Amino acid sequence: MGAHAHTAHAGHAAGHHEHHHHEESFISKWVFSQDHKMIGKQFLVTAIFMAWVAVIMSLIFRLQLAWPGEGFAFTNFFLGDKWAPGGVLDSNMYLALVTIHGTIMVFFVLTGGLSGTFANLLIPLQVGARDMASGFINMLSYWFFFLSSVVMLASLFVEGGPASAGWTVYPPLSALPKAIPGSGAGMTLWLVSMTLFIASSLMGGLNYVVTILNLRTKGMKMTRLPLTIWAIFLTAVLGVLSFPVLLSAALLLLLDRTMGTSFYLSDIHLAGEALENTGGSPILFQHLFWFLGHPEVYIVLLPALGITSEIIATNARKPIFGYRAMIGSILAIAFLSFIVWGHHMFITGMNPFLGSVFVATTLLIAIPSAVKVFNYITTLWRGNIIFTPGMLFSIGLVATFIAGGLTGIILADSALDIAIHDTYFVVAHFHIVMGMSAIFGMFAGIYHWFPKMYGRMMNTKLGYAHFWITFICSFGVFFPMHFIGLAGAPRRYYNYTEFPMFDGVVDLNIVVTIFAIVGALAQVIFTYNFFYSVYRGPKAVQNPWKSNTLEWTTPVEHIHGNWPGPIPVVHRWPYDYSKPGKPEDWVSQITPLDPDEEEH
Amino acid sequence: MTKLLILIVVVLGILAVAQLARVYELTSKLRGKREEDISDADNRMNAMLMWLFPVAYFGFFLWLVIAYKDKMLPLAASTQGVETDALLDFNWWILIITFIITNALLFFFAGRYVYSRDRRAHWYPHNNKWELAWTIAPAAVLAVIIIYGLNTWQNITSPASPDALQMELYAKQFDWTARYPGTDGMLGATDYRLINGENPLGIVTANAITKRLAEIEQEQAEARMQLSGVLPDAKRADLEHHMDYLGRIAARIVNLRMVMEEDIRVNGQASTYLHGADDVVTKDFMLPLRKEANILIRSRDIIHSAYIPHLRVQMNAVPGMTTSMKVTPTITTDSMRTHVMNDEKFDFILLCNKICGASHYNMQMPLIVTTALEYDAWIAEANKKPFEAPEVPVEPAAPAATDSSMNSGAGSQPVASLPSAGQ
Repeated sequence: MGAHAHTAHAGHAAGHHEHHHHEESFISKWVFSQDHKMIGKQFLVTAIFMAWVAVIMSLIFRLQLAWPGEGFAFTNFFLGDKWAPGGVLDSNMYLALVTIHGTIMVFFVLTGGLSGTFANLLIPLQVGARDMASGFINMLSYWFFFLSSVVMLASLFVEGGPASAGWTVYPPLSALPKAIPGSGAGMTLWLVSMTLFIASSLMGGLNYVVTILNLRTKGMKMTRLPLTIWAIFLTAVLGVLSFPVLLSAALLLLLDRTMGTSFYLSDIHLAGEALENTGGSPILFQHLFWFLGHPEVYIVLLPALGITSEIIATNARKPIFGYRAMIGSILAIAFLSFIVWGHHMFITGMNPFLGSVFVATTLLIAIPSAVKVFNYITTLWRGNIIFTPGMLFSIGLVATFIAGGLTGIILADSALDIAIHDTYFVVAHFHIVMGMSAIFGMFAGIYHWFPKMYGRMMNTKLGYAHFWITFICSFGVFFPMHFIGLAGAPRRYYNYTEFPMFDGVVDLNIVVTIFAIVGALAQVIFTYNFFYSVYRGPKAVQNPWKSNTLEWTTPVEHIHGNWPGPIPVVHRWPYDYSKPGKPEDWVSQITPLDPDEEEH
Repeated sequence: MTKLLILIVVVLGILAVAQLARVYELTSKLRGKREEDISDADNRMNAMLMWLFPVAYFGFFLWLVIAYKDKMLPLAASTQGVETDALLDFNWWILIITFIITNALLFFFAGRYVYSRDRRAHWYPHNNKWELAWTIAPAAVLAVIIIYGLNTWQNITSPASPDALQMELYAKQFDWTARYPGTDGMLGATDYRLINGENPLGIVTANAITKRLAEIEQEQAEARMQLSGVLPDAKRADLEHHMDYLGRIAARIVNLRMVMEEDIRVNGQASTYLHGADDVVTKDFMLPLRKEANILIRSRDIIHSAYIPHLRVQMNAVPGMTTSMKVTPTITTDSMRTHVMNDEKFDFILLCNKICGASHYNMQMPLIVTTALEYDAWIAEANKKPFEAPEVPVEPAAPAATDSSMNSGAGSQPVASLPSAGQ
């Protein structure tokens, strides 16, 4: 399918019109498409499916945590008698669910799903390109992602269960099947799946970087790029620089598991037998893992922040406050994210001096983050706010970013981290700042660009219901976890009944679980709204939100090559909302400057 | 049957939502309204919710604080913990104030500046003064947080004083074992290849090496016997493989013996290989009040984490290396029971805080903090049952000696009874 498909380039701007009507076969249009818009949608639908898998997993273990040892038909329905005899979750399966829930959410939903969808959809449309630099590699990127998802799902069904060592898969636990059954075939498939995922992410990331740098339309200076593109650009740079390190960590782990090497193993006596591995260090894995793992947090978060910047400006009908400061803070966050990984390892026995360096670098990240928050708030100030569902989720993101960001200051402080490391406080922190913020950014993006993706509108009323229930439930779920953590309760415990010291807070687990169930039901509303609107939603107009950016100058019906005529030329930054002296409260980027007009 | 019912309920629920959405869509079509046009009523409703939400949000926060204040960890029972708690309280003040101000502004503005056709947003793309202000303000506050935090970190993690009590916590799936130095005050060397039923920590002594080698030899002999009989091919290959393995392990242990002998020759009495025999291996975890303890932490199999929430200390147990944490308990278990918690059953708990397998959630050991006097009595009693009975000669002269020490079997049995542990 690759050979004849016409990869569109900015180069044949004019004259493209004549041949975009090439009849594409079903396969090349819907399956092995090289069109960035279709690939973006493929990423999105795959991510929605994966997200449901992860949500159901979380419901199963939330049931166990709220009512430990009780049988649930729901649990038995999904896990069968092997892993949930009588509906009671098995303790190994509990760890497996926690592991795969984390893996899917972090990588498949918030990395593949979020970046994959919006980088693909928005980069060519917002920079003014016919398509990605390489449509073929872009297509491969999706199919590697798809394959990786399939392998991850397949790992759920192997003997011994899927990987169970936590999403961070620290060896030796992840290296030794005798330590936990999930470290058998399940772990091997996990590593295979991640290898495919990393390949996908690298192909995507290189494409994004190259496209943004080389294929911007005339007039689209870097300082005229929408903040979405800036965020996606640095996300891609982070991914390209850090994912290979995870790949090497995974390969070394694979060698330790299969070839008898000792990169991570030393002096282990397990199941009555002394292993022969000596000289390795489990801490090495942690360094390699978190060298990706921390930038990964921003790989997840930056696109969400970019999307939010765009949507808040559009719907506040006001330029984003401090455009250059926003770019600066994205750059600062991206840079700092590479020198903070050690804050995940304060209590591994790392030299305390090294720990103090990581404290300082980590806390510095709070500065650009604070700048972003203040700029969002100032953008709302004296705005003219239209509450689209996308706008609601964007405001929601700012709220979760504040709540989760602030507790990060506590966890970054090594002295404080000692006492709350690996407790529920951490679970609360990263779910709010990274999980909720990023998923809110993703929802915001879906509601906002749905008309661009499918040419139809999603139902607004259902969007409101979805937002408010989700917003309330996300705090209902994660806010009490701070308190559970401050009582000293560790994460990844199958139940807390063995410790009388947690008796005072275990009833909070019931509160959390009830909010989680209601929150999950709200996602049914979203899923229904999404798929119904794809087929039956009211037809969209070209620029429903009266937005300035280039994607809204393309026709509603998707065409290969994006613009029927030549690619428009850009004359101004994307945030001329409510500019004095203009008839409308928006001015598209393609509108030339008036002779005496100053560019913002 | 229940499954079917649940399925029906879910399907009906979805259908109900679908029908509602249909009705809404048809009515709005009749009114000629487009989906992207957000009505004034909708804007106003959301603006109102933006104002209501923080009330609920802060209310929830307040309720959690009031209802669960007394269920958080009680006051820290170590000098290190007292210091971190002070730092934590300092941070909380800054964070909660920031939390309330930023959220209040966010939701207030979101509700206040709702869309109106008669108004235009204020054109305000940037203001360098403001941007500088909110770069410098957080930077200044963070500088204070960083300096205060690092100061505390330095105090907590600086090396323990030389006269601190040395002891060891040893982790394995799914329990903890404690080891105290015997009367010589030094912990002996260990090697994981020596681990067996009576030497769960792999303490190195000449005697332990001899016994372990004898054990391996016996295993080899059994395997050889089996191999001389009729066996299926697969089983035979396995056994041969195992024989090779035993040979290599034995060779390593012989090597260890040479290293040990060399070390003893060079260092004399200072050699750590001479200090294992009188070590106390026990399931009782005792610490004396107001005495700095340097706790060494090791693991037999995978990564665990030694976490004592009430003392605010934690350190990972990593196979292949020894980590350590220092802690100075300031409240005895008895005082906690009678004065702080009003709970006769209260115990300080050492728990595992790094995912380690099926029973991770129940890998615990109580810690008893006693007065120095009680501790001294306990350790004196415990010292009577060292890892190896003292009459065993350092150099194993004859196999007979080995046998007799086997029978004396100090090894892994729990030692001594606790002065205050019994309830």
